[in-house]
Amino acid sequence: MATKQKTKQKFSKDQWLAIGFLAPSILLILVFVYGFISWTGYVSLSNWNTIVPDFSFAGLKNYLYLFSDFRFQSDLRNMLFFTILFIGAVIILGLGLAILLDKKIKGESFFRNIFLFPMALSFVVTGVVWQWLLNPSTGVNNFLKTFGIEPLWYTDTNILAGFQWGQIEFGVPVAILSIVIASAWQMTGFALAMYLAGLRGIPEELREAARMDGASELQIYRKIILPQLRPITASVVIMMAHISLKIFDLIYAMTGPGANFVTDVPGLYMFETTFRGNYYAHGAAIAIIMLLAVAIFIVPYLWNNRRADS
Amino acid sequence: MTTPSHYFARLLKYFILIVLALFFLMPVYVILVTSLKPLDEISLSQMWALPTSIDFSSYVQAFEELGPNFLNSFYLAIPATLLSALLGAMNGYVLSKWKFKGSETLFTVILFGMFIPYQSILIPLIQFLDTIGLYNSILGLIFVHVVYGLPITTLMFRNFYANIPDEMLESARIDGAGFLGIFRHIILPLSITGFVVVAIWQFTNIWNEFLFAVTITQSDQQPVMVALQNLSGSQIVQWNVQMAGAFIAALPTLLVYMILGKYFVRGLLAGSVKG
Repeated sequence: MATKQKTKQKFSKDQWLAIGFLAPSILLILVFVYGFISWTGYVSLSNWNTIVPDFSFAGLKNYLYLFSDFRFQSDLRNMLFFTILFIGAVIILGLGLAILLDKKIKGESFFRNIFLFPMALSFVVTGVVWQWLLNPSTGVNNFLKTFGIEPLWYTDTNILAGFQWGQIEFGVPVAILSIVIASAWQMTGFALAMYLAGLRGIPEELREAARMDGASELQIYRKIILPQLRPITASVVIMMAHISLKIFDLIYAMTGPGANFVTDVPGLYMFETTFRGNYYAHGAAIAIIMLLAVAIFIVPYLWNNRRADS
Repeated sequence: MTTPSHYFARLLKYFILIVLALFFLMPVYVILVTSLKPLDEISLSQMWALPTSIDFSSYVQAFEELGPNFLNSFYLAIPATLLSALLGAMNGYVLSKWKFKGSETLFTVILFGMFIPYQSILIPLIQFLDTIGLYNSILGLIFVHVVYGLPITTLMFRNFYANIPDEMLESARIDGAGFLGIFRHIILPLSITGFVVVAIWQFTNIWNEFLFAVTITQSDQQPVMVALQNLSGSQIVQWNVQMAGAFIAALPTLLVYMILGKYFVRGLLAGSVKG
């Protein structure tokens, strides 16, 4: 009886220590993530649009202003097409390269390192360099000129397949393609590493068996390999979507908002209107909209992962 | 194996790989070629031409501009990396080996912090730092990176510790070791790889981070990425100096990648939730 009591006591002491280990972090997260998000939400409903804080209640005024604003409408359009094109490019390039590199290629690690190294760089570095490479009067156009093509890259103000929608022309802004090139250059390595790890995890016997049954290489990929990689694609989409929806530094360093806001995104607008223009309530409202856009992807994903654990 | 179609397929594969590799290396080529040219060879029409002689004056000028900020980035990234790794190890230990009712939910609550756009906490954060006197200081930035680094370091260590068999802990417990004893004598000695992976990941992220840096610090307190952005935004600085600056700013994380690339990739995989 005495020993039982002793172990019980010891167990509870350890439990307390475990909580003590976790408590500071939980407290920090509760205050600095959830508390601060709530505070931003409150600011977004206030009249604080000057340098002097003004917390009087404004209702949805700031949100209504944004949704009728030419710049913010452009931002939503750009964010949408940037996200789709960027994720598409990263997945196609990453998966394609992973399939090429998976098949006993000479110099596999050499190629892999070349495709992966931009991951170690800052978006600011990428932006500074690609700003010069895709500048219409320099960079790659020095080459392309000899073939008679001179794209305007990120200075192009055309909207592909555009039609009038609210204040803006809705369609794919050509200038966004330049941002897609630079960001895909940087992030393809992520998808490549994920897919390579996935391919290496598929047992060789599975392919052998399919080959024995007379399946062609193409069929093996379509019927066996690609379905096995589906959870990896889900992870890649999630990680890339949360990067593209909140992107700021790459565009800030590379192009800025652009003429007619063709390369502007909510992250950039939030920064400029809050910290250069002192429109704090507008900035907070943009931030809350960005958070909601990310949460649509993230919350179901995290919820599913949590259930799978227990 | 040596049928013509196989041969052709092989050739095509290498052709695609080489073309893409050249595309990926193109920015590196332009950075190096431009930053090493003597001043009289720097014209936009000669952007792709190799330098006739090697000249480091662009680097000298870029380093004069970026040097102090470059040091700031080290003062920021090293303590922030170590602190957030240590807290992540503590959290990961509890969340993998001392699970309790609701610990999975707590973990998800922490993890969500990794995905939020930081714009959504930035206004209160700056008010807060201003109030406690840490606005415009490297110390303030260290604090910020430790706090917002918690989700990713916790995730990485939790996944890492999940691979340590529970039987090891059980036998130590029978020998009388408690919560702290197990952490010090069993978990920490097995954590070296975990710390390397997490430290590389955090160092790279903190070194490269821009949004917090540009909103929380000014002039002489700014890390190198903000200084690089200022350099490239200024009209009077020539683009060869910008390229040299980009190279200098990228060098530390690039070296880490080149020397410890294997761990970098492990961090990448460990940080992708399912991993």
